[in-house]
Amino acid sequence: MELNIMNTQNDQALKPSREQIIYANLLIIGVWAGIAILVTTYAIYLTGILPSHVELSLIPKIWGKGVGEYLEITQSPHGWGWVPLLAKGDFLNYLGLALLALMTIVCYLVLARGYVRQKNWIFSAIAILEIIVLSVAASGILGSGGH
Amino acid sequence: MVNIRARSAGWLFVSLMFFVSSCPSIAFAAEQAAGAAAGYPWWFWPIILFFFCLVLGVLAVMAGVGGGVLYVPLVSGFFPFHIDFVRGVGLMVALAGALAAGPGLLRRNLANLRLALPVALIASACSIVGAMLGLYLSSLNPDIIQVCLGVTIVGIAILLVSSKNTEKPVINNQDAIGLALGLQGAYWDDGARESVEWKTHRTLLGLSMFIIVGLLAGMFGLGAGWANVPVLNLLMGVPLKVSVATSKFLLSITDTSAAWIYMNRGCVIPLIGVPSIVGLMLGSLIGVKLLAIAKPKMIRYLVIAVLFFAGLKAIDKGLGLDFLG
Repeated sequence: MELNIMNTQNDQALKPSREQIIYANLLIIGVWAGIAILVTTYAIYLTGILPSHVELSLIPKIWGKGVGEYLEITQSPHGWGWVPLLAKGDFLNYLGLALLALMTIVCYLVLARGYVRQKNWIFSAIAILEIIVLSVAASGILGSGGH
Repeated sequence: MVNIRARSAGWLFVSLMFFVSSCPSIAFAAEQAAGAAAGYPWWFWPIILFFFCLVLGVLAVMAGVGGGVLYVPLVSGFFPFHIDFVRGVGLMVALAGALAAGPGLLRRNLANLRLALPVALIASACSIVGAMLGLYLSSLNPDIIQVCLGVTIVGIAILLVSSKNTEKPVINNQDAIGLALGLQGAYWDDGARESVEWKTHRTLLGLSMFIIVGLLAGMFGLGAGWANVPVLNLLMGVPLKVSVATSKFLLSITDTSAAWIYMNRGCVIPLIGVPSIVGLMLGSLIGVKLLAIAKPKMIRYLVIAVLFFAGLKAIDKGLGLDFLG
């Protein structure tokens, strides 16, 4: 009887937690969707189905310059300024890149909800703080100025 | 049938080894061509970059290092791109690889969410600071970043040579912080056919180390598996398998914050980024298949030698000495 209880406890410890499984399931959908979008939009970009904001032939001439100079020459936006330019083949690629970079925030939202429901306050706080950190990074408040 | 499969895998391995051994010549050819960038059509570079990254992906898996740590020094050393773009794409490459590996590691309970969450919070916050500092230094003078990157890469190569990881550290007493955060668990070891229980110690010191890890990851766009594993395993006493898996999963969080900083600054050019990401991911898939027949130890030494060279090359380039061409 005691041995059975110990085995059950051991089996439980070996299994991933419910949150881990939810996180994994969300991640797998997001990642492969991101990669598929990335490959598709890149094909659209290279084949010229949509016009590019920056001429393809110009890029090799200026990718050796710093990012500030590059943006200035190409009149490209920073931060989320690419969103209004999604009709351009080159900026369309940011859809896949952004999806990949947003997946962790989406997964953390689900995690935080789970931890709050379980009243696991330490991990709720950690998850919420992480969402804040990632959202600040993604918002462009910190990263888009100072060229 | 099995024989044919093994033989074709063998041929694939031999061809890849040939390609790998000719990697420096490809890189040098790319570098030579960089001088005459205008002479090549625009599609030349994405194709070269794709195949280069494919090889890096195979190498990275076999050597047990992340893609970013090979990508940044090699591409910045041998391709004509400014280091701002190389670091931005390097982070996206490391992020995509970590995101793809994450689900499998979490489901097998090798990557531990409870262990990853507090560590990721510290590392990701610090990687934002590192990214901003790196971009600031690069705007002052990109050579500063080149030299610092070179020194870090040489340091990583030394770390890879010298660190003796412990497969299953024995921890008798868990410290109070580890206990409060519930940093313990168990996993099934297929090789030993046993379940392995683990817990952390020196948790506060370990967590503090991730301040430096995050800073370096953000500043150089390297990913940080090379630093995560020794801290988790040697310092905090987490078993090697859990350390490696949790480290890989951690990168998906740490690199996200730094990647956004670089992306928002405009450092991710799709023409460079997409072939790098796809090439490295495909290379990693091939690498996993080849692991069964390859000799990872030999590849690991090859990668360490390449890292030494890439680090010295970055220092050489940053200082403008031109000793290494």
